Amino acid sequence: MISFFETLGVWLGALMTFAIFSFLYKDNPFYKVAEQIFVGLSAGYWFVYTIYNIVLPNLIIPLKTDFSANFLLIVPGILGIFMLMRIIPQTEWLSRFPMALMIGSSAGLGMLTYTKSDIIKQLTATMMNPFDGGDWIVILGQTLLILGTITGVIYFFFSARHKGFIGVLSRIGIYFLMVSFGGAFGYTAMARISLLIGRLQFLLGDWLGLIHP
Amino acid sequence: MSKIREPLDRRIIFLLVFIGVALPIMIKVGLPIETTENVEMVYDLVESTPAGSPVLISFDYDPSTKPEIHPQAIAVIKHALKKKQKIICMALWPMGVKMCEQIFNTLEEEGIKPVYGTDWVNMGYKSGGAISLKAIGADFRKVFTQDTNGTLVDDIPALHGVRSLQDFKYVMSFSAGVPGIKEWVQVGHDMYNVPVSGGVTAVSAPSILPYVNEQQQLTGLLGGMKGAAEYEFMIGVPGTATQGMDAQSFAHLIIIILIIIGNINYFYNKKILALEEAQK
Amino acid sequence: MKIKIPLLITFITGLIIIVSEFIPAQPFPKISTDLETWVMVIAGFAMLLGLLSLFKVNILKIKFKVPNWQYSIITLASCAIMIALGLLWGTDKQVGILGHGEGIQNVLGVKPFDYLFNNIYQHLAATMFALLAFFIASAAYRAFIGRTAESRLLLIAAIIVMLGRTSLGSWLTGFLPDGSFFHLPNLAGFIMKYPNTAGQRAIMIGSGLGVIGSSLRILLGIERMWLGGK
Repeated sequence: MISFFETLGVWLGALMTFAIFSFLYKDNPFYKVAEQIFVGLSAGYWFVYTIYNIVLPNLIIPLKTDFSANFLLIVPGILGIFMLMRIIPQTEWLSRFPMALMIGSSAGLGMLTYTKSDIIKQLTATMMNPFDGGDWIVILGQTLLILGTITGVIYFFFSARHKGFIGVLSRIGIYFLMVSFGGAFGYTAMARISLLIGRLQFLLGDWLGLIHP
Repeated sequence: MSKIREPLDRRIIFLLVFIGVALPIMIKVGLPIETTENVEMVYDLVESTPAGSPVLISFDYDPSTKPEIHPQAIAVIKHALKKKQKIICMALWPMGVKMCEQIFNTLEEEGIKPVYGTDWVNMGYKSGGAISLKAIGADFRKVFTQDTNGTLVDDIPALHGVRSLQDFKYVMSFSAGVPGIKEWVQVGHDMYNVPVSGGVTAVSAPSILPYVNEQQQLTGLLGGMKGAAEYEFMIGVPGTATQGMDAQSFAHLIIIILIIIGNINYFYNKKILALEEAQK
Repeated sequence: MKIKIPLLITFITGLIIIVSEFIPAQPFPKISTDLETWVMVIAGFAMLLGLLSLFKVNILKIKFKVPNWQYSIITLASCAIMIALGLLWGTDKQVGILGHGEGIQNVLGVKPFDYLFNNIYQHLAATMFALLAFFIASAAYRAFIGRTAESRLLLIAAIIVMLGRTSLGSWLTGFLPDGSFFHLPNLAGFIMKYPNTAGQRAIMIGSGLGVIGSSLRILLGIERMWLGGK
């Protein structure tokens, strides 16, 4: 049997859904309240999960259970508190130390990962024999892939004037980018519609009971 | 009087979209579902992984993209459980932890009851994105000291023998943005050589597709609700994604019709304006 | 000290991460992994900072009674309730300060924190993004016009992909022989696999070079905006 609170939950969900959908008509207090609840609950959730998933298991518990083996964790603990000091203007400068650690490691790792994954591996994947692979569709596709990648990169190369031969190549590059943006638009429309489907599946199914699997 | 056509009121467009989605959800049409190469690659990866292998599933999404990604994750997990793989869950997004819990709760309601700790385990969320992934790659147990229950990592049977990322047969990231599947490719595959696959929102699919290449940076990709529907079709268990496919088709048709009307109006008005200009 | 030491930390940290990738011999991997776990903990604190900042901004709004300040009370109250429930009775399997709250769970069916998440937050987040379905249709009608050759190309690609990536595409050209290039799903697949990948790959390479360049500027201390714009 469905409990009272289960039913109440479904109705609360429907109420929240309509509160947000009311924005389609125009901005209104009903929407604004829902929006603020969304922000508040979201921040609360992030706080609770950060405490349970990071601060406790990766800092407090290791220090509490075996201090001598984990004493170095005091460093991120102190730096973490320095990070919170950013909220007070007088102590804001202290947050630069933890920020330095975060930014330095992200920049270092970023250099490694982007060089390997987004440049070398992408170039390697493009260096293929376009005529190797079977039917005319594959040959056409692979030729387009090579041509599109090279001309696309040329389009983004702003150190040379896009005139003459370079201009022609960069123009071809634009066409490839346009097809790519067209595909991206199609996929974006698909994504947004899917989210609406999810909402209506809830309203028509869980709330009104009009959909039966 | 000018013969210029006024644009449709946006509220009419909203109503059309609403009807286009709502009606096919209630009245099943049953349009065919065709599978695509990228989805087949994901399926083959799960299918070919031996029973008992530990596999890592990363929940890198939240409720805002749930209708697209949740059905993908459910379908893949059902498949992996059927193949008796040990599922280790983690999240790069805080709300991913909840998404994982919800999936296993749903499975339990459906009568699929994997044993927690042995068949699956939820290791929770870790912040830091790519940096954390690099640490996980080198020393899994240093990052994940316990699961969401508070059970120490050494006491979890599903994790026996797992020391680093390379001990997993594959990583499956269900991702709605950053950090997500891109970081998994960059670190998981390109640094630690672990097969990486997964599912993304349709919005991000085009930008992730270049990773599906001969270098096998990404082994296949599920894109949006359609990707989930294809996977549901392949494992023979229709779910919410399959249910949504008719609505997806009709809504797309409405958008295409709107684009055509918008273009006809534009060129018609352009012609009228030119004529009026000439008459003046 | 307030500038030079952070810049030095940035440089050394970046260097350790890079060097550990090329020298697999100890102690580099160990130092690198330790550093990464530290960063993970600090990133957790950065999230807590975000929360503190949210509180600060909203308290100031209430204090100075800026327009619509009443809504800030709702933000703070909902945040405080979520935190209190999460810390007192935990979430899912996670135990809270007062245990699992079995009594409340028996009434609600789940923990109070999870009840709010499942029945309120989840619907708000999902609907917020679902709104975009209406706006994208409206935008497509108004702005998706084939004025130039480039925009026509974009339009055609979008329509083929929108049809080909749904069941409707399979049905519309279902009469064509198996594997036909002009079968809409195949055509959409071709666009996504080749021209789209080419365009996206060019963007990826371009932005990759950008990331490398800016990372290098950060490590060498040329880029200092993160220190506070000085």
